[in-house]
Amino acid sequence: MSDLTKTKNKNGIKYDVKLKKNTIKKENTMSPSTLNLVCNVDTLRTLIKKNKVRVVDVRKKDEYLKGHIPTAASLPLADLLSDDSPESIIKIMNNLGIADNTPVVVYDDTFGALASRVAWSFKFVGHKNVSLLEVTYSDWKNMGLEIEKKSNKFPKSSHSIDIDYSIYADAEYVENARNDKNKVIIDSRERLNFLTEHIPNSKNIPYTMIRSEDSILRNPSELKRFMENRGIDSNSEIITYCGSVGTLSGLVFFALKTAGISNVKLYPKSFKEWKSLGKPKIEFKDATYWDLSAE
Amino acid sequence: MVHSVDSDILSSSKKKHLNPDENWGLVEESEYFANKVKLYRQDKLNADEFRRFRLQNGAYGSRLNSEFSMIRIKVPGGDISPEQMEKIANLSETFSIGSAHVSTRQNIQLHWVQLEDVSEVVRGLAEGGLTSREACGNTIRNVMCSHFAGVCTNEPFDATMHAKAVAKFFLRNPLCQNLPRKFKFNFACCSEHGFVRIADVGLVPAIRDGIRGFRIYLGGGLGAASFIGHLLEEFTPESRLLSTSISTIRVYDRLGNRENLARNRMRYLVNELGWEKFQTLLLKERVIVEATMSIPTKNAFDRALSINTNANSLSTISNKRKLPLINSDIAQTPYSRWLNTNVIAQKQPGYYGIYITLGAGDITSNQLRVLAECVREFSLEQKARTTPQQNFFIRYIKSESIPKVFTKLSSIGLGNPGANTLVSAVGCSGTTSCNLAITNSHRLAKEIQSKFLELNFDMDPAFRTSTIKISGCPNSCGQHEVATIGFYGGASRIANSMAPIYTMLFAGSTGETGELGKTIMRVPAKRVIDVVLKIIECFKEEKDGNENLHDWIHKVTAGHGNDKIKTLDDLKKILVPITELPSFAENPDSYKDYGADSNFVAKTARGECAA
Ligand code: SF4
Repeated sequence: MSDLTKTKNKNGIKYDVKLKKNTIKKENTMSPSTLNLVCNVDTLRTLIKKNKVRVVDVRKKDEYLKGHIPTAASLPLADLLSDDSPESIIKIMNNLGIADNTPVVVYDDTFGALASRVAWSFKFVGHKNVSLLEVTYSDWKNMGLEIEKKSNKFPKSSHSIDIDYSIYADAEYVENARNDKNKVIIDSRERLNFLTEHIPNSKNIPYTMIRSEDSILRNPSELKRFMENRGIDSNSEIITYCGSVGTLSGLVFFALKTAGISNVKLYPKSFKEWKSLGKPKIEFKDATYWDLSAE
Repeated sequence: MVHSVDSDILSSSKKKHLNPDENWGLVEESEYFANKVKLYRQDKLNADEFRRFRLQNGAYGSRLNSEFSMIRIKVPGGDISPEQMEKIANLSETFSIGSAHVSTRQNIQLHWVQLEDVSEVVRGLAEGGLTSREACGNTIRNVMCSHFAGVCTNEPFDATMHAKAVAKFFLRNPLCQNLPRKFKFNFACCSEHGFVRIADVGLVPAIRDGIRGFRIYLGGGLGAASFIGHLLEEFTPESRLLSTSISTIRVYDRLGNRENLARNRMRYLVNELGWEKFQTLLLKERVIVEATMSIPTKNAFDRALSINTNANSLSTISNKRKLPLINSDIAQTPYSRWLNTNVIAQKQPGYYGIYITLGAGDITSNQLRVLAECVREFSLEQKARTTPQQNFFIRYIKSESIPKVFTKLSSIGLGNPGANTLVSAVGCSGTTSCNLAITNSHRLAKEIQSKFLELNFDMDPAFRTSTIKISGCPNSCGQHEVATIGFYGGASRIANSMAPIYTMLFAGSTGETGELGKTIMRVPAKRVIDVVLKIIECFKEEKDGNENLHDWIHKVTAGHGNDKIKTLDDLKKILVPITELPSFAENPDSYKDYGADSNFVAKTARGECAA
């Protein structure tokens, strides 16, 4: 993001991005069906048949080449993370032929965490119609659904940019939120990592809590109840973070959204950056809990 | 015979739904818990009241961090189904730390669960027919039963159903919701196996004149002060099991000490009154209870008792059979090592029980799932048992399945040998999660296990039946008093620096003739392994022919050693130099506890008596 001129607004950082004029090509336009945050298998299959969706596979390239969901484009997460400035994200989307109104469904083979990080990035730069596939690629394959091996290419599109700061937080924003009663910081890492060290005043919702046996996310009523148990109001503002690049917390971001919490932000640089900036953290050293692990 | 065994068990396992009498859970308790947490968080419920409620529902405060809980899941009789194991695996992954822990009282514990998630765990448990209700608190704790019950060569009958009937009868029973302190029932299978002398009520099955019954021991228990239970009467028929249990609880409820926290277990009452007086009171009480017991009450118990009567048809006594697969001439392979220590012939010809040796009771969710699959695939009874040695025991395995079971278990790190040998050390939670812990007994037990496996100690027959049990404080959840070599944690100042220290005990034992261990000496935590190795070295020099370690330690403790080491003093003289630490400056690490990189400080909080 360093190549962008930054100006602050009340939500955090604002990017001034110089864009080429939008010239939306006709052939790239897909009739816009609005997707839910999580897309089920049947819906995706129908959309694929009708050629009304861009499927994005975020696994490593070699895995993609071994087989992927029909029509899927390959976008290894590492490619996106190597430069996740809004400009670069737009460029990636254009290369995948994603136009403003293209319905996009993202999948991975890592319980949805990698897909979430990509889907969040698309949302961040202003793509409204993006969804996570409810199952992983392995699940899809195990269900005996169709796969293909050919490498898919798409005519370039020209996506507009409209950065959605309401879903983004940086370190400074998180630091200010720490002592704000109306803001809840959620650590999405596993329990023992959380106990070891975390951002002061953050609460722990491990990513392992939000999936069910057959879907990357539980049903919304269960997720809602989990939040209620924790006294988290659906009107609260929530900021999620995890260990390093915002994958686990990306998944929790989507979980909270499906649970009906409207104001959720992701701190994509997460605890790795927080620590490197020397920000305060809470460490719990009064117990030897790691010795309970059976591994 | 084998055919009838097959069909009996298979027919009972066909039932898909939870048998209502085998269902311990109550889904409503989840919502109730969630509401109480909210009230507590809103300061509408004071901390003490909330704490009592939380404990009654099986959630302990975690070590020095009350935001988290340890949830103790009751496993009545130690009997658990594969579905329940999978449920626990999922709950641990979702709300705990991705592993579960078998306790010395056959419970399964989930650690570091956020207080706000406890209600969800309670809900999940209820869905699987399980409960954590009354697993803690001043009430009837998990009812234990020997994991050999039903398959033990020496048992007169299978007491599992009696254990479960007692558990069922007292669970949520108003009679025992507010006792002076916790209360423990332990059922044995025979006089050799079981922890009957160290429970409030310990029961050994017996048959007299064709009538089933028990020898009941009362007032035993381990703790800062431990006692061995007393025999109530020569024989208590099955028909008096309920009235005897109720009378004991009533006498204790009425006369037990409610003032002095340190003396409120029933064993102190027995000790203060004197056994004879307590016994007289109890027998009188029983007359009253029997005269006034309502028919519905009696029926409820009898109904619980009648469940699983199928199991009785399995109790056909036969001679111990030799394992057909062991061939000591062949070089020791991992399989034969495991076979040697972990597979036991049942009294039912052709069937075997298999130990799954864990490290201090820890098992990951993935391992639990594979174990559940193993039970489903290979165990005719479709159940597993938790053991007081913090292991699992799966039974009714046909001999031809044993290699397959091994392959499956080993594929996920569950194929370790060494069950029922010195290798399989027991360790309570210690500083990994317990508020009262002074030392990391949990890790020490694991260190001993891996060190002794490395030294192939499981292969030495002299170490069979010997045990090492470790508690992180004097409270005995690790049952150190009944070990061949026991340890409990403490802190000591050595040359101006604090160090974690264990008090070592010798010659404890379990079973009907069980005895408490004798305190020997204090050993710094980082010297425990060296001291045990030295003891073993001495034993090897001194032992008489085929004498085993357990017997030798008993002999030396009694002052009847063989050669150079006649008495404890002789042995202590050899051990003392090993317990001496270099100065802190020379070797700071020897002053630290296992699993900690900072200097040792003994930190404890108010006890809720976690195990
Ligand atoms: S209270 Fe029990 S679990 Fe805790 S350290 Fe002491 S013996 Fe171990």
